Amino acid sequence: AKTFTLLQSEAVFWNGKDLEDLRVDGRGCEDYRCAEVETDVVSNTSGSARVKLGHTDILVGVKAEMGTPKLEKPDEGYLEFFVDCSANATPEFEGRGGEELGTEIANTLYRVFSSESSVDLKSLCINPREHCWVLYVDVLLLECGGNLFDAISIAVKAALFNTRIPKVRVLEDEEGSKEIELSDDPYDCIRLNVDDVPCIVTLSKIGYRHVVDATLQEEACSLASLLISVTSKGALTSMKKVGKGSLDPESIFEMMEMGKRVGKSLHIALQKILDEEESLGTSRQKVGFLG
Amino acid sequence: MRIIFRPRGHGTYVEEEKLIASVAGAVERVNKLVCVRALKTRYNGEVGDIVVGRITEVQQKRWKVETNSRLDSVLLLSSMNLPGGELRRRSAEDELAMRDYLQEGDLISAEVQSVFSDGAVSLHTRSLKYGKLGQGVLVQVSPSLVKRQKTHFHDLPCGASVILGNNGFIWIYPTPEQKDEEAGGFTTNLEPVPLSDREVISRLRNCIVALVTQNLMLFDTSILYCYEASLSHQIKDILKPEVMEEIVLETRQRLLDLEG
Repeated sequence: AKTFTLLQSEAVFWNGKDLEDLRVDGRGCEDYRCAEVETDVVSNTSGSARVKLGHTDILVGVKAEMGTPKLEKPDEGYLEFFVDCSANATPEFEGRGGEELGTEIANTLYRVFSSESSVDLKSLCINPREHCWVLYVDVLLLECGGNLFDAISIAVKAALFNTRIPKVRVLEDEEGSKEIELSDDPYDCIRLNVDDVPCIVTLSKIGYRHVVDATLQEEACSLASLLISVTSKGALTSMKKVGKGSLDPESIFEMMEMGKRVGKSLHIALQKILDEEESLGTSRQKVGFLG
Repeated sequence: MRIIFRPRGHGTYVEEEKLIASVAGAVERVNKLVCVRALKTRYNGEVGDIVVGRITEVQQKRWKVETNSRLDSVLLLSSMNLPGGELRRRSAEDELAMRDYLQEGDLISAEVQSVFSDGAVSLHTRSLKYGKLGQGVLVQVSPSLVKRQKTHFHDLPCGASVILGNNGFIWIYPTPEQKDEEAGGFTTNLEPVPLSDREVISRLRNCIVALVTQNLMLFDTSILYCYEASLSHQIKDILKPEVMEEIVLETRQRLLDLEG
């Protein structure tokens, strides 16, 4: 990602040894920045969400399409992730610059959702071995302000919560050929249960402390980070270390505990916003892109 | 007003026989010249401005400094103070030792010496108050929000000092205890700064961000009033939209009371 050279003494000021729980913008080590979450922002998708975490802006669209189940899992549907790093985010993403980062994020999302309990894939099955729902999750990076993975995972969870999959019926006629009938009512749809969808919490090691939700400057000071995906019940589904520095096994344990704590409260806060939006229903005023 | 013929400058276009500026900002009129000073703009150097810049390149006999302008600014080796304040001709050894003085990523405070014909700015640090900056926090704002004042180095009574660069780079740092150190020096103090000072600096940084978001001009009084208005909130809450509006409204009120 972006190279950010900092004055050495700036780095020491922010993140030197023996520094208490105070970051540059006054946050504690476990505090997230002010986040805005809005769902149903893109009209031609099955579900969408936009998340603004500080200067990081993510848009996720979910499209439900019919496909054939994978050979090894004939009675399940599946998710496909695509990440597009828009050139609007930073000049480094111009042309093919953002491809590497995009693939890395997509692979991380596949890992996070690889756990069987994250999404009930059996509910996405229409006809075993023949038809199933494939959810294409498209992530668009609009602005990079640090802490991409967390923001993306929040947006993906919100978009999946917002996804409405049309109800279908399978009709079999005498010759055995199957027909799929789509319900006439556009509001007749099934919703996904996102209770067990994990969110990614990135813990960056800066100096001797671990911080959550690092800004761009903090990321530049951090040599190593741990990405963990946590469900709302506090279960870890995957873990990944990034950065060229090394992590002490004890630090890893501390970071995991911190991540689980922070992850649980993140899920509670996110669910509260999603439920509030849901309760407003169609009377909700959408801010969208012009607000 | 019907326009028959009017010579037009950069950044304007004609629509429906009216001349329209393509940038939004404050209007300045000098006789028949109407200028719009844009709100969001790159820094345009003027001689005598104080700037805070970051070194991007070390070249032969000069450094390239990033000052949020259209072209990188230049700091010539001959315009830089030597440690100890010596006055001598720069030798070949000085040239080779340039990286020991300033490296890529270092922050400096400097004054604009001259402006080249293409708009690039030439800086100098020929005074002990300029030079490499030590521990502190940098905030980048639009240059149009920094008010032009007699001095841009302020020691705020709340316990921190601030340099308001004309180019929009604001440097907040703990007030040094001894005032007559060779401030243009190159040895940076890396001792840990006490928590109380760091809290003041964090609060100031958030206040400046709040003022900028609400488009208020930045000068020592406005920053100080905003700081005082924010004391009733926790530092991290200052960046919440509701709190920001409240604090800046109070600051605006106090500034109006001051004037009238």
